[in-house]
Amino acid sequence: MTDKFISIEGIARRYPGAGGGTTTVFEDFWLSMARGEFGCVIGHSGCGKTTVLNILAGLDEPSEGTVIVDGQGIEGTSLDRAVIFQSHALLPWRTVLGNVAYAVSSKWRKWDRARVKAHAQRFIDLVGLTGSEHKHPSELSGGMKQRVGIARALSITPKIMLMDEPFSALDALTRGTLQDEVRRICLETGQTTFMITHDVDEAIFLADKIFLMTNGPGAVLAEIVENPLPKERGRIDLHRHPYYYALRNHIVDFLVSRSKSFAAEVTDHDPRHVPTVRPGLPDLMIASGTELHHQTSWPGLSRPSTSH
Amino acid sequence: MTLSLRFRAAIVSLALLGVFLGIWHLATRGGGATANMSPEYARLMGLTATQGKSAMPGPLDVGAKLWEHLKRPFYDNGPNDKGLGIQLAYSIGRVGLGYLIAVIVAIPLGFMIGMSPLISKALDPFIQVLKPISPLAWMPLALYTIKDSSISAIFVIFICSVWPMLLNTAFGVAGVRKEWINVARTLEVGTVRRAFTVILPAAAPTILTGMRISIGIAWLVIVAAEMLVGGTGIGYFVWNEWNNLSITNVIIAILLIGLVGMLLDQVLARFTRMVTFPE
Ligand SMILES: Nc1ncnc2c1ncn2[C@@H]1O[C@H](COP(=O)(O)OP(=O)(O)O)[C@@H](O)[C@H]1O
Ligand SMILES: [Mg+2]
Repeated sequence: MTDKFISIEGIARRYPGAGGGTTTVFEDFWLSMARGEFGCVIGHSGCGKTTVLNILAGLDEPSEGTVIVDGQGIEGTSLDRAVIFQSHALLPWRTVLGNVAYAVSSKWRKWDRARVKAHAQRFIDLVGLTGSEHKHPSELSGGMKQRVGIARALSITPKIMLMDEPFSALDALTRGTLQDEVRRICLETGQTTFMITHDVDEAIFLADKIFLMTNGPGAVLAEIVENPLPKERGRIDLHRHPYYYALRNHIVDFLVSRSKSFAAEVTDHDPRHVPTVRPGLPDLMIASGTELHHQTSWPGLSRPSTSH
Repeated sequence: MTLSLRFRAAIVSLALLGVFLGIWHLATRGGGATANMSPEYARLMGLTATQGKSAMPGPLDVGAKLWEHLKRPFYDNGPNDKGLGIQLAYSIGRVGLGYLIAVIVAIPLGFMIGMSPLISKALDPFIQVLKPISPLAWMPLALYTIKDSSISAIFVIFICSVWPMLLNTAFGVAGVRKEWINVARTLEVGTVRRAFTVILPAAAPTILTGMRISIGIAWLVIVAAEMLVGGTGIGYFVWNEWNNLSITNVIIAILLIGLVGMLLDQVLARFTRMVTFPE
């Protein structure tokens, strides 16, 4: 692997289960991402996506294993890893500016008011909330609240942005606009982003890599799907791209059937070397950690094989 | 005709007051039969017996007396004859001091209880036992140990106003939304700054509700406490005027106790509104 900016190394999370035993949400879980990448995790509800994200954020601790970010094992939360919460988690007694400024002044404690304000304002402008600085969260629509959440996360210029289903509570129109916004900002700033979603199209539009998780308990990272669509892609004409349906069908197939049967069908799954697939391309498989395997067959747009 | 609800309510209130004052006036007007009694007893009973006048003062008597009091609220003719303003000031001063000490103790302690499940569990039995004790039951113990009646009254105010504040603070602090705490955690906000910038504002409405309950209880208790310890204060005034058989003054005192209690409540209500945030 080239650059492991984020490296989740063999983490497990267990909870005390009913009747004195333990429930293992997942174990021996490995995942890595390069700097500047946008990774999306897709999996059914309850498989442990939020748990992975919270461990990455430092809000939760793994029962086993470590997480390494930028060459250092993480310990607790950090200003390097900003979280955008699903419920936006704005402080309701602060204004828009107050919420963003709270983050800014937490990162740069010596800055004076004017400097904090100017910095916060820049990020409020960036997410298109100019003019609403002095409103309280209760006066904002759901989409605007989530914009404030994004501005707050971006304002501390984190190494990684962590988003837990950030748009799932929004209507389709607002969601679309915010997806455009997030993609623009991430491309402009080269932001490394780790996001949970259950919206397949959202993942296809935003992600460079899509991580597919099987159902819990005992969930595993089944495979890594590399997005074959070009970097310059528009949300509106995404579906016109020749690889779009192959990619989408692959993910939907996984969610509908393979996420359930994976554990039974794939017996030689190596959680440390999860297979990488690029649906839609001439069946081209990148086995994790090895060179590209060009296959001579040409399945074209058909569903690619993912088994070894 | 669509007068605002407020205006119509005010008219009804005034009408009710008028009816009440009217009935009161008619009921105490006098003219009842003069009892047939020995002249000595009649002299003892004063006008009540000799002129058939009711012992209960009418609204006009009370009004006139109140006007007298209002004209000179701060006169001081020795221990048993002080202006109503002075007596109220003593009471408000005691309540204020006892309440302030309660705030200083209850809010930090409530914070600790709310933040630490261990402290919460450890202190719970003590609070459960101490809370239901009538504050006046402490009075003999306070008088015995403190040996000062005025400070004992302040102690009683402290002990009665501490519980609602303590419990509400603990409840408010323990109930701060996890996601707000997580925001502070991801921003690496230290414990002290977190307490002041996240937990305090989030719990403030609950804390102030407790403070509002406390001031109400404190004002209820001060009257009884001052009746017991004597000397000064509106509670003592009520008791003293009862011994003087001046029902007029007792009624005036009752009226003022109600008004001051309402004012105290309104002040706390305003503070509560100031810290309440819409979600
Ligand atoms: N505090 C807890 N105690 C016991 N089980 C928990 C706790 N928190 C989460 N879990 C379990 O962990 C699993 C993963 O949860 P989560 O990460 O929230 O899933 P997802 O975000 O993928 O929907 C769920 O099955 C849930 O029941
Ligand atoms: Mg979740």
